[in-house]
Amino acid sequence: MRIGVFICHCGSNIAGTVDCEAVAEAARSMPDVAFATDSMYTCSEPGQEAIIKAVTEHRLDGIVVASCTPRMHERTFRRTVERAGLNPYMFEMANIREHVSWIGRDKKANTTKAVDLTHMAVEKLRHNRPLQSKSFAATRRVLVIGGGVAGIQAALDCADAGLEVVLVERNSTIGGKMAQLDKTFPTVDCSSCVLGPRMVDVAQHPNITLYAYSDIQAVSGFVGNFEATIRKKASYVDWDKCTGCGECMEKCPVKDAPDEFNEHLATTRAINIPFPQAIPKKAVIDASRCKRLITGKCGVCAKICPSDAIDYEQQDTIITEKVGAIIIATGYGLFDHKVYGQYGAGRFPDVITSIQYERMLSASGPTGGHVQRPSDGKEPKNVVFIQCVGSRDKSVGRPYCSGFCCMYTAKQAILTKDHIPDSQSYVFYMDIRSPGKGYDEFIRRAVEEYGVRYVRGRVSRIFPQNGHLVVRGADTLMGAQVQVEADLVVLAVGVESAPGAKELAETLRVSTDTYGFFLEGHPKLKPVETNTAGVYLAGACQGPKDIPASVSQASAAAAKVLGLFAKGELTSDPQVATVDQRRCVGCMKCAKTCPFGAVKEVEDRAGDPKAEVVETVCQGCGICSATCPQGAIQLNHFTDDQILAEVNALCQPNLGLNSE
Amino acid sequence: MSAESRPELRIIGFLCNWCSYGGADTAGVARLNQPTDLRIVRVPCSGRMDPMFIAKAFYGGADGVLVSGCHPRDCHYSEGNFYARRRLELFLRFLPVLGIDPQRFHYTWVSASEGQRWQQTVTDFVERIHSLGPLPQLCESDPAMKQLAQCLGGGE
Repeated sequence: MRIGVFICHCGSNIAGTVDCEAVAEAARSMPDVAFATDSMYTCSEPGQEAIIKAVTEHRLDGIVVASCTPRMHERTFRRTVERAGLNPYMFEMANIREHVSWIGRDKKANTTKAVDLTHMAVEKLRHNRPLQSKSFAATRRVLVIGGGVAGIQAALDCADAGLEVVLVERNSTIGGKMAQLDKTFPTVDCSSCVLGPRMVDVAQHPNITLYAYSDIQAVSGFVGNFEATIRKKASYVDWDKCTGCGECMEKCPVKDAPDEFNEHLATTRAINIPFPQAIPKKAVIDASRCKRLITGKCGVCAKICPSDAIDYEQQDTIITEKVGAIIIATGYGLFDHKVYGQYGAGRFPDVITSIQYERMLSASGPTGGHVQRPSDGKEPKNVVFIQCVGSRDKSVGRPYCSGFCCMYTAKQAILTKDHIPDSQSYVFYMDIRSPGKGYDEFIRRAVEEYGVRYVRGRVSRIFPQNGHLVVRGADTLMGAQVQVEADLVVLAVGVESAPGAKELAETLRVSTDTYGFFLEGHPKLKPVETNTAGVYLAGACQGPKDIPASVSQASAAAAKVLGLFAKGELTSDPQVATVDQRRCVGCMKCAKTCPFGAVKEVEDRAGDPKAEVVETVCQGCGICSATCPQGAIQLNHFTDDQILAEVNALCQPNLGLNSE
Repeated sequence: MSAESRPELRIIGFLCNWCSYGGADTAGVARLNQPTDLRIVRVPCSGRMDPMFIAKAFYGGADGVLVSGCHPRDCHYSEGNFYARRRLELFLRFLPVLGIDPQRFHYTWVSASEGQRWQQTVTDFVERIHSLGPLPQLCESDPAMKQLAQCLGGGE
């Protein structure tokens, strides 16, 4: 075998702390290495051309590149190697950037380590075999999880492009957080006027199947061929019959059910439709509040319903859907502000959250769009907004910026002035972060046109005094203590991952970050993908995002799905397990451990049982290889031989254990 | 003691491609300084780990072996790390039989976002191996060792 080795400088990223020339020099004396050099940027066009040229000139059979992480550029170089006329799997990468140059400062030790890692890659490559991909058909349907603005956009984009879409929403209506908003920044246009028609589009689209009030219970399969198990929760109302007339809501005697849509600013009935523009506009019985379901006595809604839709016996139903791709758009949750005891939230009724204030501003909200103090219903004159409640605060485990609170606070301050012209708003802030299009101008308008007073500093305490709330804090620009008498305090609560995101991540086998947001494939180059093929991200489930960003990412996710299906047939990764039939004794331990059911039992010509791998189902984890007592099932590209070759490169066996 | 002034030991890390290898990458991207003793072998899943790989590393003279995968329930292949945990836990107890101090072996879970945790894991483990010192030369004439050598050498 003739191997070519390329040591990448990565500018000064590697060359700064690794002697790349010395590594190339060392590589020249490694077994089977016919050519070794160092280059400035191996991934660049001249870098790749140099590889192709070397393959021809030196008649190379395999290439090792020592550069960055294979998670970054393994595919790039596999394509290069393929262009050079070699099999793409006759390539190995040594990670001398993330694992060497960036984490160690001693050039000598780094260089030794880089030589070792290159040696390991060379030894592995010596055991590589050419691998071929296989094609398989994909189910051209997509599952969108979450019916907020991102999920709606993704579903509509896919459906308009001709794909069948299954949209699953946990609540009884789609719309998500955006449906709760009154106006949106920086245009101050009405949220439901923007979103409402899109929600109707979803309901009417022939390509979209909407499962509201439903959860994802399980997902099996792989890219192109997923099977999702969806649990449609019992609503105790036959939605085929329910017309959404709302008569049941009017007559229901239980008047103290919590109104989640209005953020508990009001109460609702035990049977209810969350808001008049809900899609689907269907009633749901809250089983924990319904008298009939708890005590067996009542049944008013069943008597009153003109379409005979009430069904107290209804059970959860399980539906399975086959899809080829999945878009996660589960959105975000809001920080529990009660953690900040000094703000008195939960104790003082006139300290509310931003989303509660949003409901109060909304004409369809519990106060009919009138801003009033929850304690006495009076119109507030002084309104204090406090930013970064659960954002950029390490002490409460939320060190990240929630991104859009600066903007919605400015919007709410502007709207306050619109609602109550003689009011005065104050905003306590750390920094103003308003980098979007038209955003900074919007903040200026709040200050200049609407007279919102911005105070730079944190609030230390809020306490009641003579019917007011006293907000005490620091003005760090003035270098003085400030005290503001407020009638109403609005806390700009930060963004956190959606409740249940962790469980969904486990179900879908995708990763989450430290804060429970879904982890993208790469922070810059794969912001929409996950590390699980065929699963994409849209909106705030990946991290705090405002509406334009959520919608953009949703369209991007839809484009990714369309791109995936545009190929017609998908090609399987050939890094799958294969069975050496001569060694296999048919114990089928491999089949028992395979998480994907990719190993099936077949009979050989003598009628003996043997294992066989279904290549399109195998995901290439290699659990079977580690299980097989015979060493008969081997994972391509990560065979025992290949892994041990790497081990041996580092540890020269001293007991004659080398199997070579 | 500064990490730079002492001679390096031979420490191998087997890392799953999805979580821990990503975590090591994250640590690199964040320039989190680490001892240079550890060399990483990438495996697709911690469930791919045949304890034989670790045994062979020790018999090849590795002073320490570290295995790291995805946190339980986070496995890219849904349950590979559970298999890993079961096998490695058994293997840990079997190490003294092989004549290896079990302290030289450690398995753990690091996710792709946990760069700092990876830095801590590496630093702690390398420190531990340094405190144990280099692996004592295994006695080749020991009949049990010969037997094992035969067993281990037999498989590919």
